[in-house]
This record gives sequence, structure tokens and C-alpha cells, in this order.
Amino acid sequence: MSEKYHNNFLKEVEEMVEEGEWVKMCMQCGVCAGSCPLGPHWAHPPQEIFMMIRAGKREEVLRSDSMWMCTSCYNCVVRCPRKLPITHIMHGLANYAHRLGLSPKNQPTQQFATLFWNNLAQTGRVNELKLSLGIYFKDGFAQGVKNAMAMQSVGLGMVKAKRLNPMELFGGHGVKDKTGFHAMLKKAKEIEDRRKNFA
Amino acid sequence: MADMKVAAYICQGCGLGDRLDTAALAGVAKKEGKAALVREHEFLCNAEGVKMIRDDIANEAVTHVMIGACSRRAKTEAFGFTDVAVSRANLREGVIWCQPETDEARETTQEMAEDYIRMGCAEVKKMTLPEGNPAAVTERTVLVVGGGVSGMTAALEASKAGYKVVLVEKSGALGGWAAKLHKRSPGKSPYAEPQDTPVADMDAAITADANIKVYLNAITSKTSGSPGQFEIEISTESGSTATEKVGAIIQATGFSLYDANNLPELGYGKSANVVDQAGLEALAKAANGGVIKRPSDGGEVKTVVFVQCAGQRDDTGKHLPYCSGSCCSTSVKQAMYFKDSNPDIDTVVIYTDLRMPGNGEDFYRSGQNKGVTFTKGKVSSVEAAGNQCKVNFHDLILNDQTAIDNADLVVLATGQVPNSGVDIDTKLKADIAAAAGDNSLLEAYNASQAEGAVQPISVLNLTYRQGPDVPQLKYGFTDSHFICFPYETRRTGIYSAGPVRRPMDMVQAMEDATGAAMKAIQAVENAGLGRAAHPRSGDLSFPKVRLEGCTQCKRCTVECPFGAIDEDEKRFPVFNESRCRRCGTCMGACPVRVISFENYSIDTVGSQLKAVDVPDEFSEKPRILILACENDAYPALDMAAMNRNVYSAYVRIIPVRCLGSVNTIWINDALSSGYDGVMMMGCKHGDDYQCHFVKGSELASYRMSKIGDTLKQMGLEEDRVATFEVAITDIERVPQLINDYAAKIQEIGMSPLKGF
Ligand code: SF4
Ligand code: SF4
Ligand code: SF4
Ligand code: SF4
Repeated sequence: MSEKYHNNFLKEVEEMVEEGEWVKMCMQCGVCAGSCPLGPHWAHPPQEIFMMIRAGKREEVLRSDSMWMCTSCYNCVVRCPRKLPITHIMHGLANYAHRLGLSPKNQPTQQFATLFWNNLAQTGRVNELKLSLGIYFKDGFAQGVKNAMAMQSVGLGMVKAKRLNPMELFGGHGVKDKTGFHAMLKKAKEIEDRRKNFA
Repeated sequence: MADMKVAAYICQGCGLGDRLDTAALAGVAKKEGKAALVREHEFLCNAEGVKMIRDDIANEAVTHVMIGACSRRAKTEAFGFTDVAVSRANLREGVIWCQPETDEARETTQEMAEDYIRMGCAEVKKMTLPEGNPAAVTERTVLVVGGGVSGMTAALEASKAGYKVVLVEKSGALGGWAAKLHKRSPGKSPYAEPQDTPVADMDAAITADANIKVYLNAITSKTSGSPGQFEIEISTESGSTATEKVGAIIQATGFSLYDANNLPELGYGKSANVVDQAGLEALAKAANGGVIKRPSDGGEVKTVVFVQCAGQRDDTGKHLPYCSGSCCSTSVKQAMYFKDSNPDIDTVVIYTDLRMPGNGEDFYRSGQNKGVTFTKGKVSSVEAAGNQCKVNFHDLILNDQTAIDNADLVVLATGQVPNSGVDIDTKLKADIAAAAGDNSLLEAYNASQAEGAVQPISVLNLTYRQGPDVPQLKYGFTDSHFICFPYETRRTGIYSAGPVRRPMDMVQAMEDATGAAMKAIQAVENAGLGRAAHPRSGDLSFPKVRLEGCTQCKRCTVECPFGAIDEDEKRFPVFNESRCRRCGTCMGACPVRVISFENYSIDTVGSQLKAVDVPDEFSEKPRILILACENDAYPALDMAAMNRNVYSAYVRIIPVRCLGSVNTIWINDALSSGYDGVMMMGCKHGDDYQCHFVKGSELASYRMSKIGDTLKQMGLEEDRVATFEVAITDIERVPQLINDYAAKIQEIGMSPLKGF
């Protein structure tokens, strides 16, 4: 359990989260919170997330959907007078929460991110058709058909402009050395798990 | 002095010759000004023009020179004749630059110029050359009261500049607050780590310095005299007394921490584990780099909470209302004591605003780097529970009413209270009111003294009539003019430096002390030459009193902002030359007008205003007299003119040393000789005063508030006399003020007193 305003959780973040060692440098000026175009739409702007980490609010932070709402616009990073890599920390926190299985279920950004990763990890290239369909159908078959119908004209337009190949549905193209690619991903995961003490 | 011979010089340069009929001006100087010698010159300030004047002084026995050219603030070197009395008629800034260059304006512009010539001639005739005091003496030793870092710095700096120093410290050792510190906040790049204090080095330097004489366990029990010739009695604990003669004094008596006993809600006095910043320094010193122990039981400190603004920046009226400006960096430093010995110790600083002046920002960043947690919040209470404390606070970022449950140590940042001695201002205000017939303040003051409240102990024990210490500003910090001359108190030759002047950290205190040392040296040197200190530095004139006429009313004694006037046994005023700043406030105060300067007197101003040609009632040309303070208002007028900001041609402006020097007789004279209005322009007064003579403009507006009766007796409207606060930057505003006032006078109509 992390205690209030003690450094346990901050230390955890410093060790486990990408760029987490920057959290202590936040001087609470609120510039990031004011700069974030999505700020008003989520529970905790970066400023608050950083204070919550320092206040030891482990559960609240890791279960928050705030990090998932970051659109990577980098407004905050550009403006932060303390030069915190805020966007990276937000993504690092999201990733960490996801790995711990604490991130909010059914969070759309998270779902998309998972789909995207799985899609990419299969062949080494993004299969746009499968990715789009995966998103359309994430909430069940009927909703999927509805989504696909709604996007029909866009899809056809893309096919015509040769931005989308219907044949991708059957297998699709990938990197040359798929086995090597998978071995590489496995190794990378091993290294990261070891470094961050994930079993 | 030989017989008076007045020469008037009219310049034609800078466009004066084109815009004005200088021959007519010369005629005015000759006929009405009765100048024995009148010359026009096409370029008076050039070598040839100046030489012409010089030659006249040498060959024609000219004793009084009237220069009709640019403002008296311009060409001061060229026209700085020290062997004759000089007056200046401001034809450039005062006339052609502030008047429109049109045919219609020609007549009134010329009238303005002619009046200024009349005024210049009238003034110079009433002037004599200030002689200074050939007998002025000076002691070149500087007294420093207080042996902390400020005092030690002042002593060492004065000594480095070649002056002898006497240093008086009331405790048994030098070092003051700094000596109590384990380490100091960094004073040099990279501002990342606490440093050793400079006390040991400075102490050694002082011991090795033959120019510095140190008295420990000693106080200044009696201070008499004036700049250049102070006499100091130094009493030691053992009862012995020494006497020292010094030329200037630096008070560097520092501060005390605000008493944490006033903060029981923050746990002080309830738990041994709640300490103030001094308490923590003591613990750190005892640990000497090792582990800092919990006071209650010597246990390990694992969590320490720093409470900022404890009893400071308080708006309830119970505690200090101001920020002490140094406690934040002290807390960062103290948190580092813990982090540096063991990074696992939790150190939380709870602040409302973290204020790290100067390079403190780098130090703050360094604290963050070391893992000190900074939390913006407001602590509501600290509860003791066994050997730990619960700190209840409102997290202002998370808007969370929360608590740290298990603090082993709580450190309160309680802030600085100046050690400035006795507050003499309340008494002074009461005295001034009493002299004006209102005894209520004095009675209230006496009552407050009788209640048996603990009175502060005097630091300087001045034998001045005005009280034993230097005056204080808001919150008890010693007097100083924040904008124009820091360090300079209202007691000439006595400077204050360091946290006794305003709250500050060690870096600032050392800078302050160096500045004060330089000022003290200036005072010593000026006193030796019989010259005034800032802002009229170099002035050799000095108030002369015709004591036969003095009614012993004590107005001058009480109103002199600088405590320059004492009383003799017969209760006559005694003017102390080297304490005097030549502001003329005494001259303005004296109801029987027996005080004057050689070159500035009731007569020099009075005859100027009477020299103005006041047109009759039917001319539709009103006359408005402006008495403008030479420190801010007159420069602002000059600068307005440089920007060609036009103002009414009906005003006639006379510079005065300070509004405090304005004697109400001038107002009476002006009104009875037919002026339609009088404008007075002085500096801002009140707590955030800008008045160079501190109280002058305030006293003037006080006196003028009483002028209503006089106006009534004369059958005049109250609006005929108006006072304005003007800053040197009011270049646009001043012409506007003048024009608005001129319009108002137009509205009221011409004065009924014309032609009497
Ligand atoms: S802008 Fe930077 S320093 Fe300011 S609150 Fe955001 S993260 Fe903190
Ligand atoms: S990068 Fe993310 S957190 Fe930063 S401003 Fe953009 S959306 Fe907000
Ligand atoms: S001129 Fe000013 S300082 Fe000097 S004695 Fe008069 S009031 Fe005091
Ligand atoms: S104000 Fe004038 S009359 Fe009064 S004590 Fe001073 S010198 Fe004498």
C-alpha cells in the first residue's frame, strides 16, 4: 500500500514508467492543464496526475482514464516551463496501467491501441482493412454492420483512390522476415519485463 | 560680500531668439528687474557665452547672475558659477517648448517669458551665495551596530574602502542568525547545494583587520551628535563604558523569528516534534551531518513535513501580514539536510506559493531533483499523537482535505520580525497633531504607554529630541526610501541594512550591507565638506534662524522630517547642520517666518510671485501660480515640454525644494495679489510615499487642508488652492492637470482681489 504524500508510489513511477523520473520536477504551474485542448474533457489534467502521483494516490492514477485521453498533440510539452516530457509520461502511465491490468475496461483509446498493436504484431505491417473492421465490430456484429454502412462511401472512395485494397482481407502483405520480426518482438518484451520486474 | 551687482543674460539659442522678442526681455530685465548689466547672447551655454559671464564676474564685479535660457535642470555645468548667486529664468522648457508656435500664441508666450525674467531678477536679488561651513569637521570612522552577516559585511566593506570601523555586537560572538545555521542556502552558482556559512571566515577576517574594533557583549547606550561627529557611548555587560567618535552609523540589527508560541494550532508547544526553522537548525547542528533525531524520543526521523507561511502572509490580523521572502529557500535547504543523509526520508514542503527570489529557482529545482516533495496546500492544524504528528491540510491542486498521518517532525516557517528598536513614529504623528491643536492622538499614545505593555528596547539610544531610534515603516521595519535611496533612514548619517530594513536572505543582506557602507562613507565625506546628503547632495546652504523672532512654537522641531532640530535649555530650536537635508520643511512650518536659507527663503519665493505682472479683471487673462517640487513635479514639467506637450499660458511656475517648504504666507500673498488660483505639485505621500523628503508633501497637504478658513476670510472659493500628487513619469498627466485646472478657474471666474 502506498502511503499518502510518501514517496512509495512516486518511486514506483520513476522505476516502472517511461520518463517517470520527471514527475518530481513538476512545479505545479498548471500551464499544461491550461494548454491541453482536451483538458476540460477528462478527469485529471497532467498537472493533477503528477500531484496525485506525489500524493501517493496509486489506485486513482492507474485506474484513471485520463492518460488514455491524451491525443499526443504535444502542446503541453512545448509549453511546460520545466521541460517535462508530459506526453511521454502520459503514455508511459497508460502503458504501465495496462500491463498491470488496471486500466479502465472499454476505454476506446485503449481498445484501439490494443487492436492496433495486435494487428501490427501479426505481419509487421498495419493491415488497414482488418484494423478498420476490427474497430467497427468491436461492440458486436450488429453494431459493426451499422458502422460499416455508415462509413461505406468513405471506404469505397478509398478503394477507388487505391488507398485501400479489399484483397487485404485475405492474408494481406507483411514484412519479409516475419519469423525474425516475431523473434525480435519477443526478445524486446523479455528485456523490458526483466528491466521492469514483470514476471 | 561686496555691494550687490545684478547681471542678466538672455539667451537667443535653441530657438529662443526666433520665438521671443529678446530685446524686449532685455528691456524688462533692465527696467523692471533693475539689472545693472544686461546682455543678450546667441548661444549662451557655449564657451564664448560662458566666458562672457565669467569675464563680467571678474571685471565688472558682478555678484548676482540671472540667466534667462533653459531650465535650471539643463546646462548645470556650464552655468555652475560657484562664486556668485545664480537664478535661472526657464524660457526654453518653461515657455517656448510648452507653448504652441502660432501667431495667436505669440503674445501670451512673450508675456510668459517676460514674467519669468521679472521673477528671475526678483529672486536673485534676495539670494546670497551659500558659504557652507568652513568649520565642518568629520570623523572618518563608521559605527556598525549588529555583528551578524549584514554587520560584518558592512564592517569589512567599509574597511576595504579605507575607513576605520567600530563594530558593536550585543551577544558574546559575531555571526548572528547565520552562526546558528548548520548550512546556508547557496549564494553562488550553481545554486544547487547548501553551503557552509561565511561566519567563520568573516570572523577571522575581522579579527585580523586592524581597522575594525569589535565590542562584544556590548550595546550603544547613548548616541549623540550628527554626521561627521557622532559620539557613542558603548556599555558592556560587565558595566564598563567606552566612548567612540564616529562619522556615520550603520544599523544592522537583523531580525528575530516570529514567535511560534503564537501558533498552538500548528502544534507548537504541544509536541516536541514541532519546531521552528531555528529549532531545526539546532537539531541539524547537533547531528552535524549525521542522522537528525526526533526531539521527543531521539527516534529516527522518516517523515518530515515543512509548513510554509506559518503565521505569515496572514490576513486575519493575528499574525505577520507580510512574506519574509527567505523561508521558502530555508525549507528547501533544510529538507536537503534529510535527503542528503538518506534519500529514503520523506520530506514534504507544504506551501501556498513557493517564493524563491534571485537564483533561488535553481535551488528549488535542485530540491526537486533530490526528491523533496512540494505540495501546494494550506495547513489547517497539526495534531500530536505519541511520537508522531498528524498534519491536516487542504491540497490546493487536488482540492482535497487530507492529512499526513505520521510525520516524525514538523518544521514551521515562521518568518522575520525586525529588531528595529523603539517605534517613534506614532509619537511623532501625535506630536505634530498636538502642535496643530489636536491632542487626541497624543492622549491615545500616552494611554498606550501606560498600560504596562512590554516596550521594545532601544537600539541606538539617540539623544535626539525626536526619539531614541530611527523611524519605522509599516510592520516595524526601519525607515528607508524604497525607490530612490534604500538604506538611507530619516536620521541623516544613520543607515540601516539587512533584514532590519526589509525581510531578506543572506545574499541580499550582504548586498544591502555593502550599499549601506558606501552610503555611510558618502555621509562622512559630505559632512566634512559641510554639504548636504541626498537628495540635495552638494548643497552648501543651511537654514539660518533669526532666533529673536522665534516664538518657541516647536513646529520646526517637530516637523523636520530628519530629526535635524533639537531644543536647547531655553526651548529654542537648535539646528544641527550635518543632519539637515536642506528640504526647507522647517521654513515652510515656521509661522513667524524666521527660518531661511541663503539661496532659498520666504523672500526669494515671495518676491518671485509678487514680480509677476497680474493683468486686471477685464483682460480675460487669469494667472495661476504653480509651486512645483523640484524632485518630481518640476522635472516632469520639463520633460512634458521636451515632448512639446502644450499647457496653459496663464500659469507661472516656481520650483520649490519640497512641498514641505511651502509656507502658507506664499499662498496668502499670491491670492491677495490677485492670482486666480494656486496649484501645488508634490510627491505621493502616505505609507508608500515617494516624497524625497519623506514627510514634506504629507505635511504640506496637512497644512493646506487647514487653509480653507483663510480662503473664507478672503471671500474666495476653496478651489482656488489645489494640491496634486505628481510622479516624475507624469509627462502626459501634468499638462492635462494644468489645463483642467485652468478650465476650472475659467469656470469659477476671475479673482475679486485683483488690483488691490
Ligand atoms: S506545465 Fe510542467 S511544470 Fe507546469 S504543471 Fe504542467 S507538468 Fe508541471
Ligand atoms: S499531448 Fe496529451 S496531455 Fe499534452 S496537451 Fe496534448 S492531449 Fe493534452
Ligand atoms: S531644512 Fe529640512 S532637514 Fe534641514 S532642518 Fe529644516 S526641515 Fe530639517
Ligand atoms: S517654527 Fe519658527 S517660531 Fe516655531 S520654534 Fe521653529 S523657529 Fe521658532
